Amino acid sequence: MGMALKNSSKSQPIGVIGVGSFGTAIANMLAEKNEVMVYARKQEVVEEINTQHSASGKILNPKIRATFSPEELCTSCGVLFFMIPSAAFLEVTRTFAPFLHPYHLVIHGTKGLAVQLADGEQWDTLKKLRRKQILTMSEVIVQETLAVRVGCLAGPNISKELSDGQPAATVIASKYNEVIQEGQRLLRSEKFQVYGNSDIIGVELSGVLKNIIAIAAGALAGLGLGENAKGLLISRGIVEMAHLSKALGGTASSVMGLAGIGDLVTTCNSPDSRNFTVGFRLAKGESLSQIMASMEEVAEGVNTIRIVDAFLKTAGIRAPITENLHRVLFEDLSIEEALQFLMKYPFSVDVDFV
Amino acid sequence: MEENYIKHQYAPILPEKDEWPVVKLARERKEFVKKVATLSEGRILDLIGKNPEILKEELETTLYREKLRIKQNPWDVDPDDEGPFWGEVKNNLLQIHSEVSGTKAKKLEAYQEVLRKITSRYSEEIASNFKASHYKFTRRVVTYGFSRLLNAARVKGFGSLFSNQFTLQDKIQITGQTAQLRELATKGTVVMVPTHFSNLDSVLIGWIISVLGMPPFIYGAGLNLFNISIFAYFMNALGAYKVDRRKKNMMYLETLKTYSKEAIQFGCHSLFFPGGTRSRSGIIESKLKLGLLSTAIEAQRANFENGMTDVSGKIFIVPVTINYHFVLEAPGLIQDYLSQTGQERYYKENDEFSTSYKISKFLFKFFTKGSDISVSIGRAMDVMGNYVDQDGKSLDKWGRVVNTQEYFMSNGKVTVDAQREEEYTQMLGKRIVEEFHKINRVFSSHLVAFVAFELIKSKNAKLDLFDLIRLPQEDLVLNYEEFKAACQRVLDQIFELKAQGKIDSAPHLNRSMDEIITHGLENVGMYHAKRPLIKDKSGNLTTEDMSLLYFYHNRLHGYGLEKLF
Repeated sequence: MGMALKNSSKSQPIGVIGVGSFGTAIANMLAEKNEVMVYARKQEVVEEINTQHSASGKILNPKIRATFSPEELCTSCGVLFFMIPSAAFLEVTRTFAPFLHPYHLVIHGTKGLAVQLADGEQWDTLKKLRRKQILTMSEVIVQETLAVRVGCLAGPNISKELSDGQPAATVIASKYNEVIQEGQRLLRSEKFQVYGNSDIIGVELSGVLKNIIAIAAGALAGLGLGENAKGLLISRGIVEMAHLSKALGGTASSVMGLAGIGDLVTTCNSPDSRNFTVGFRLAKGESLSQIMASMEEVAEGVNTIRIVDAFLKTAGIRAPITENLHRVLFEDLSIEEALQFLMKYPFSVDVDFV
Repeated sequence: MEENYIKHQYAPILPEKDEWPVVKLARERKEFVKKVATLSEGRILDLIGKNPEILKEELETTLYREKLRIKQNPWDVDPDDEGPFWGEVKNNLLQIHSEVSGTKAKKLEAYQEVLRKITSRYSEEIASNFKASHYKFTRRVVTYGFSRLLNAARVKGFGSLFSNQFTLQDKIQITGQTAQLRELATKGTVVMVPTHFSNLDSVLIGWIISVLGMPPFIYGAGLNLFNISIFAYFMNALGAYKVDRRKKNMMYLETLKTYSKEAIQFGCHSLFFPGGTRSRSGIIESKLKLGLLSTAIEAQRANFENGMTDVSGKIFIVPVTINYHFVLEAPGLIQDYLSQTGQERYYKENDEFSTSYKISKFLFKFFTKGSDISVSIGRAMDVMGNYVDQDGKSLDKWGRVVNTQEYFMSNGKVTVDAQREEEYTQMLGKRIVEEFHKINRVFSSHLVAFVAFELIKSKNAKLDLFDLIRLPQEDLVLNYEEFKAACQRVLDQIFELKAQGKIDSAPHLNRSMDEIITHGLENVGMYHAKRPLIKDKSGNLTTEDMSLLYFYHNRLHGYGLEKLF
């Protein structure tokens, strides 16, 4: 605390919460221009970072300090990057809530949706969801903390390529210009371009919904289909994402950007991504439970498909790719049948949302 | 049978009239008007980036629109020298165009001169003519006159219905957070934001404020009200400043906002009708006009900037709902609404609230017959929509103290960020709408109108609103028992919502359902020539005016009660 108070505003470190592969990559990029303080839950990880400048083997810039105290991080830093997996998002946000103030700027890089249940409701038994019951990650932050100036970071950002210093770009979305400008100032470099977007919900949704299409892309690959099929999927996927985004409160135009098309193309071509892998193994005949059993972390797209499918039941719109994947994952439809169904589905108009 | 409303005598919170900020402001009126004009000029120059070409364009646009307004839409209250003034502006602009050449700075200076004239004129025009002596007089006349009317009528015939002492508070009940409001008004600056259904609201709220022992609030009243002499008198006495909705030009709007912001910073408690105008549809405002609301946020930030970090610099937003059985203007309002939404499918008629005579007639009816009004004062919030406690401290959802200043800080300092404040204004608007719904007090008349309309609608599921309104009389009859059962369903749900703190209800809703229905039928739109809901000879229900029924039904829109049908 004492140290934090001595810091003048100029030398305030930037806070990064989470030292997974993406968090580490972002922390390293931030450390090129600024002091950085990262938060890790485990004491041994904190010590590893502070003494050996690595986190579970990933190399960190020596300028990065680590702490396991949310309070220290929040008092020391004015700008915080939440880079945590979506499954842990709510819990970590609640851990930080007591220390977050209205003056904090919070930018998150998490692609996921949370479901808000009333007392006594169980997510497993709910078949329908209204928009009010679904929260994007920025909505989680605003609901759980006093922070209001919130933004998100999304785009085709494969951590390994970022770490290798390959050229890339991202989009920072926020209702607040100051959040976008601060994000750009902190992250922009010769190798990293940062775009701004005021439609934060649309950008968050783009990043979330593309995971659905990524599972489908994996499935096509698993079936041994070629580039024509992939082109078809990406194009129809974008149409579906645009309609869903609009129904959930985003704009169609954000889907056209880096977080939508940009990230979708990248993910559909990365066999290493978890969502792609789920689709691939489904097509090879494995069941969801078999796949889940052998994966360390849940592929976010699986969760998203459940939430979006439940939302469709109250929204009065159709989303054939999502609906059919839902049947494959949870209702025993085979991938081949789903593909058959999609090929027969009466899409008649090429683009109907612009 | 039901809890009795307790009349309170509220002692004045600032007994000395000289201490009222509104009195101080009136004393310094001249300097204040000048300050507003100068600050508005600066604001406009900032907005256009001090570019002489853009300023010229804005001046020309303003001139054009003002000339058009004078020609096409003149009002009684308009000053006589409007024509000459804008004629002079025109000459000035022509002169600058032909004579001033050379540097940008010179041109800017010349155009700025014209701008100054305009903001000075607007500022003078907006400023209120509050006089403490008038205020006192009016207050006495209103209170005394109305209670004479009341007692005279009651003694003749209705005496037994009421307690033996009649004052306005028998007609108009004030409920909710009155103690907090009085407390906060001594500590910081209050911005009251009421729902708006009737032109009577302004007078009503003015009276409420004085009953609560608070100094007069200043507020922006539509200039159209000053056309009606009765209102003009009240408005001036109550500290109203003038808002001319015909003037939509940027220079006027900026001057208006500056006036409001500076008055709040001066410490004057203020009143905005955040819906802008009266609700045409009878629905509680769901989209607010954010222009004036943004001035509360600006003033709060400016106070922080000026180092007023204690409670004296704090601005409190207090939502208020006014609950009526009867809105005099309802026929005109709903026709406005229907003609706007239905366009050529609907034609409108006259406006009932157009002359002093009609209003007096209404007031007489109001005070001599039944029909009560209740005013619910909501919990005070800071400008970010956090509730505040008795001491004016902001609290978050979990009851922790929040420092409101931190919302305006970056890198440890209070900063000015117009775009940020725009977002904050939207957030505040949403919070106010939420609070309106929570403190809205359901009356028997709202219940019966809602149920009757929804029943008719559900029996004609294929018809849209405009077809429903044109249904022939014989299709508009509802069986009493069916109606009663539906009322019970809706009332049960209302009580459920009330238990969750999402709505409020009047004590008379605790009576038996038959009594509630009788009470509701007696009161719903009681003075309209055509009643929205009546019992026919066979004891069934019908309407004489479907669009009025729709209007009164709308009061319960926004709670998902439609799902019960």
